[in-house]
Amino acid sequence: MGILLEKLGAAVLALLATLGRFGLFLGTALGLIFMPPLKVQRIVRQLHFIGARSLLVITLTGIFTGMVLALQGYYTLSRFGSTAFLGPAVAISIITELGPVLSALMVTGRAGSALTAELGIMRITEQIDAIEVMALNPMRYLVVPNILAGIIAVPLLGAIFDVVGIYGGYLVGVELLGESSGTYFSGIAEAVDLTDITQGLYKSLTFGLLITWICCFKGYNAGYGAEGVSKATTEAVVLSSVTVLVFDYFLNSVLL
Amino acid sequence: MTEAMPLIQIRDLRRRFGRQMVLNGLSLDIYRGDILTIIGRSGTGKSVLLKHIVGLFRPDSGRVLIAGEDMQRARGRDLARLRGRIDMLFQGGALFDSLTVEENVAFPLREKTKVSLAEIRAAVTECLKDVGLHGIEHKFPAELSGGMRKRVALARSLVQKPEIMLFDEPTTGLDPILVRAIHQLICDTQKQFGYTAVIVSHEIPQIFEIATRVAMLHNGVILEVAPPEQFQRSTNPVIQQFIAGRLEGPLQPT
Repeated sequence: MGILLEKLGAAVLALLATLGRFGLFLGTALGLIFMPPLKVQRIVRQLHFIGARSLLVITLTGIFTGMVLALQGYYTLSRFGSTAFLGPAVAISIITELGPVLSALMVTGRAGSALTAELGIMRITEQIDAIEVMALNPMRYLVVPNILAGIIAVPLLGAIFDVVGIYGGYLVGVELLGESSGTYFSGIAEAVDLTDITQGLYKSLTFGLLITWICCFKGYNAGYGAEGVSKATTEAVVLSSVTVLVFDYFLNSVLL
Repeated sequence: MTEAMPLIQIRDLRRRFGRQMVLNGLSLDIYRGDILTIIGRSGTGKSVLLKHIVGLFRPDSGRVLIAGEDMQRARGRDLARLRGRIDMLFQGGALFDSLTVEENVAFPLREKTKVSLAEIRAAVTECLKDVGLHGIEHKFPAELSGGMRKRVALARSLVQKPEIMLFDEPTTGLDPILVRAIHQLICDTQKQFGYTAVIVSHEIPQIFEIATRVAMLHNGVILEVAPPEQFQRSTNPVIQQFIAGRLEGPLQPT
């Protein structure tokens, strides 16, 4: 019994220590954002990497999400004879929920994992130590640009996801199933509030921060060898994805 | 020996990793202009010691003084200033993969000084020439051989004109001719730049040719430190077994 308690205590302490290190890491990074100089060139480079290079995958996910929503939504709504609400149903689901969440998950898989792997390799090949030995702060070069790029790129990707998704819904609902295009779009214009859009943006913003924070932390603190990097990458992707979904629920309950 | 103050004073340094006591009350003095070589078995904490000197690791207890200033207590600006006097050549070179050779060597100057781009370029070319390289400015580290990577890394250190250079196994994985060449390079650049060198090495006996003093790390302390000729005549059975590479003796292969 005593041993069991001891183990439980040790596990809780370890968890608290990790959470504390996560917090300190973010605190340091956010502090550095407000302490110039910012590494503009690296921010642009990371924007390109996290943002521009995720466009294809975001477009693909967006269009098929919209298409499947319209297909599924049409058959459900037709049972109640209310297919006129297809436009709003697709648009509101995408703008408030699926756009931010799915785009965040895709960014995690495409860019987050790569961030962790890159930082992890820099850690194990002592490149991070080398920057520190030069009396420079590695976080300024390697973490701050990623977090800023995440905060900027993920909401934009979410917005693109929304537009493409609504168009995907249009393709299936209007072009394929014969709903009128006027009903589809005017329904959206009537039903979608500005608050829906801001809610989606707030979510994307939060997810952008969460993903880059978790992925940078895991890579920056990767263990030894190839195994350490692979473990860090897996953990980063799993933890980011789960955190995105958990935060999505809580943000919903606060923002709705 | 003159009674000048040592440039680096290590006092009673202790550091534990898990259950293993890696540094166990280690003390060592390093004088200006020394080329001090630290030898010892693999995994005895030689790299750990270097990382304590440069302040990447903090000891559980004990101190490292650089010209009388405590490296471990220094924070913020003081730490940055102290670190500015020391540079380290890491085992794999630790060049930045995403930057070209020229950008790598220019990195510390571009980030830490306000020198113009033209001057930086000139300094980079000069330093690359000092380490025997030219015409590879636009290659990436992945395109270079192990020996060249070490040279570029040394150039990146020299461009900062450090007072103290730490070398973590600078010749591991190189062929015997390259080993000599890198040793020669350390010797030449040390004369040219006047830095104090601390080298962790397994190259016995070649390393005795360039060292001014040799120290053996064993069981977390410095077993003996002496000029190479005297060191090789040591009566300590551990040292004799180690430099001869014999299987029989107090050291057990594990």
